[in-house]
Amino acid sequence: MGNGTHLGKVRGLGSSGHGSQHWLQQRLTALANILLVGFLFVSLVRLPLGDHAAVLRWAANPTVALALMLMVVSVFWHLRLGLTVLIEDYAHGEAARLFALVVLNFYAIGGAAFGLFAIARIAFGGGAPA
Amino acid sequence: MTVSILHRVSGDGLAIVGACMFLWWLGALASGPDAYAAFVACVWNDPAGGAFHQVTNILGKIVLVGLTWAFFQHLFSGLRHLVLDTGAGYELKTNKLWSTVVMISGVLATAATWLYILAGAL
Repeated sequence: MGNGTHLGKVRGLGSSGHGSQHWLQQRLTALANILLVGFLFVSLVRLPLGDHAAVLRWAANPTVALALMLMVVSVFWHLRLGLTVLIEDYAHGEAARLFALVVLNFYAIGGAAFGLFAIARIAFGGGAPA
Repeated sequence: MTVSILHRVSGDGLAIVGACMFLWWLGALASGPDAYAAFVACVWNDPAGGAFHQVTNILGKIVLVGLTWAFFQHLFSGLRHLVLDTGAGYELKTNKLWSTVVMISGVLATAATWLYILAGAL
């Protein structure tokens, strides 16, 4: 890290220059989450959740499936931004921080892919028959 | 300050516990009636009984109530932040008032939701 000069010691340790983008994306996904998670919440409270066939019919509806897919993208994007800040605040030491950020990115992208794939299975009828 | 800490706590709870519960439920739903029944038996109610599921059913309900509270707390607190982003509401009295409103609303909305669910279950 650096060559011992004052400039060399601080170079690369400052702002990443992505702060305003992070801030804006957090707000945009927050607004989307209000609508999409609100929709999921109301649906969950009203659905007969013990009835697999009924819940599957609901989720297979194209409008519902599309809303769920958008929600998965928005939620996992939002949570990735939020947990990034958590790690940056509490994970000290470069190695621990880097490791935590790698785990977080695997979780956020893997979780979103798992969710989208499950919704696609349901919507395209590839899910196990009711 | 409390409401700010709660925003982070509820957000991280939703991000980790909430998202995992959702994916578990969605995966079970896509995998068919047997997988879905296994999910319901673990989290909510197992018609066959069994000591292990009696414990997980209690834990499941605690987690679900906790997630409900985290959802409302994060939602209301997030709305507060969107208002603060406009530059409004920083006066001490106003700020304190809305922080209190956020926290009380979170608890009341959680209670109302579960009263509605339990009233339907009876």
